[in-house]
Amino acid sequence: MSANSETATPTPSSLKAKLQAFHSWAGVDDSTLNNGQKLAVKYFMGAVILFIFQILFGLLAGLQFIAPGFLYDILDFSVNRMVHINAMILWMLYGFIGCTYWLLEDESGTEIAGLKFGILGFWVFSAAITVVVLVYLLVQTGAGNDTTLWLINEGREYIEAPRWADIGIVIVMLIFFYNVVMTFSKGKWSGIAGVLTLDLVALAGLYVAGMFYMTNITHEQFWWWWVIHLWVEATWEVLVGVIMAWSLMTILGVSRKIVTTWLYIEVALMFGSGILGLGHHYFWIGTPEYWLTIGGFFSALEPIPLVAMVVHAVYDSGERGFKNMNHPAMAWLIAHAFGNFFGAGVWGFMHTLPQINLYTHGTQWSASHGHLAFFGAYATINIAFFYIAIQHWRGNVWMGAESQNAWRWKWALALLNIGVLGMTIALLIAGYEQSFIERAIEGSTWGGYFAAQTHPSFLSAMHWRMLFGWITAAGLGLLVWDLLTIGKGETRKAEVITQTE
Amino acid sequence: MSETPMWASESFWKKMAVWVTAGSFLILVVLTFDTLKQTTAGGERVPAYSVINKKIDYQYDEALHKFMPVIGGEELLFGKVFSEEEAEQLVTLGKKTTQAKNCMNCHTLLGNGAYYAPDLTKAWLDQGWLTVELREEQMIKFLMDPEKNARTFGTGRKMPNLDITEEEAKGVIAFLKWMSSIDTNGFPYNFTTIYAEDD
Repeated sequence: MSANSETATPTPSSLKAKLQAFHSWAGVDDSTLNNGQKLAVKYFMGAVILFIFQILFGLLAGLQFIAPGFLYDILDFSVNRMVHINAMILWMLYGFIGCTYWLLEDESGTEIAGLKFGILGFWVFSAAITVVVLVYLLVQTGAGNDTTLWLINEGREYIEAPRWADIGIVIVMLIFFYNVVMTFSKGKWSGIAGVLTLDLVALAGLYVAGMFYMTNITHEQFWWWWVIHLWVEATWEVLVGVIMAWSLMTILGVSRKIVTTWLYIEVALMFGSGILGLGHHYFWIGTPEYWLTIGGFFSALEPIPLVAMVVHAVYDSGERGFKNMNHPAMAWLIAHAFGNFFGAGVWGFMHTLPQINLYTHGTQWSASHGHLAFFGAYATINIAFFYIAIQHWRGNVWMGAESQNAWRWKWALALLNIGVLGMTIALLIAGYEQSFIERAIEGSTWGGYFAAQTHPSFLSAMHWRMLFGWITAAGLGLLVWDLLTIGKGETRKAEVITQTE
Repeated sequence: MSETPMWASESFWKKMAVWVTAGSFLILVVLTFDTLKQTTAGGERVPAYSVINKKIDYQYDEALHKFMPVIGGEELLFGKVFSEEEAEQLVTLGKKTTQAKNCMNCHTLLGNGAYYAPDLTKAWLDQGWLTVELREEQMIKFLMDPEKNARTFGTGRKMPNLDITEEEAKGVIAFLKWMSSIDTNGFPYNFTTIYAEDD
């Protein structure tokens, strides 16, 4: 351990010393990073912390399905579930912002334009999240008035953050956006840079659609889906397309021309299906009947770009005999390609047509799809990037065949994938059972709801979900341990991959 | 090496990406204007807030082959006739309360939310309130003290006490009554309402 660990009062300088001690313990070296990357690793560390919160509160919420009296009136299901999904959205956003700052200087060929603003933005964002979460946990709810919506909780799934925090998020996103645009303008633009910038405009702009109160719930949910759907089924998908393109170029050496062409194909297919695919959320909220046709048709096409991504990733890896400079990152990228296809594509398609959705809407079907899709599409690629970052941060060390303690990343990969897949299947069984008993037979009354919730197959599904939840948590524990140690003390340099012209 | 065919070229797909995105977005904007117009409160799909003065039922429509809200004659809420403005005020209080109490992270509304507690889309019409006469009082009691008035149907899941005032409870009930009148394209299917035995 380091000599600094005995420093007493936490003054800024002692905090700095502690941070340095931690850096030297972790074997990371800031001098190997450019300024954008230094900012990126801050975001990555924040993302991992939020990831841990997501899993912890997921475990609590899962336990409450089995033991409803657990933490009743202290931390109710609504609070745990809110923190569970909010931490997820935020850690993924942190990850995406981190990825963007990571590749910004390399891609633009120049120094980041507004580093100070970027750092300030990070601390403001993190402080705001801390306050919001503390209020979620300690205050929880308020009176039915605007003060509550502005200060405590907006009560809208996924975007519960109170209005003051919404405004803060928009400001932080503007800083982020300023940095991206100004850096590319100062340096050089590329296909990847162009897609990234336009996607970020949409991503930030869409958030504004979720910042208004409306009494008319049909209108409210209409705009709410603009944020949720057009984020996770359109702009986020394109963003991971960008990250995938850059990663394949970097760790596999695929030519820029190939990844850029694939990126355009993915944008065309993704936005071509995803923008009007929004209609599959407009079947049952009071919106006109034409959405059944439009939403059904376009959302049925949504898996196509995800197939394209699998082909892209697997073909290019195979063509190079999987020779790459970072095995864990490559494995997570492949997990991303398949996870995105199965979780978002197949699981989404299974219940997207209105004729089946009439019975599956609002059941554990959605939870099943949500778990596999968010993990497969977004958790995986962020984890891949954590490995890309840590490799550099430890001085561009060897992470190829015969690495030390390679069992850790392999087991983390296995446990996380098995855990999430197991939860997905358990929730799917619960969803099927609900669709049959609550919806088709009992007609969605409260009596029907509870008949389905007390059915033996539902109850056993909840136990299986819990078991796989623990497996996921174990995988996360191992992942964090691995990120803290992988490549530490490694003397070999990373394999040099030459990029195809 | 042979030339890259046009359909596989970077420039072709760049143009496709731009045109497809712009085209899709344009269609979405046009449909958004139409949808918002068709779903303004007071229209056919989303009734005016003063619908809380009327009897609302939900029945299978033989001609349309789906379940549809049926708005009937007068059936007052809390024994009072609400003007359009008063009704909107009360429903607004109810809607804000459902957000402030974070209902959506246990329940679903119009099928959206969490899956720990029942859907609220047609909660006003649920047979769980036993009889039409008892309904209002039961709902107020339940909302204000869910712990004591809980019926967990064998799950052990109880709604926590959320400090809902009587005024807020009335607002929530008005909001639920109004929401049950929205034409949701037949969702939920096969729902039996509290009025079923009367017919």
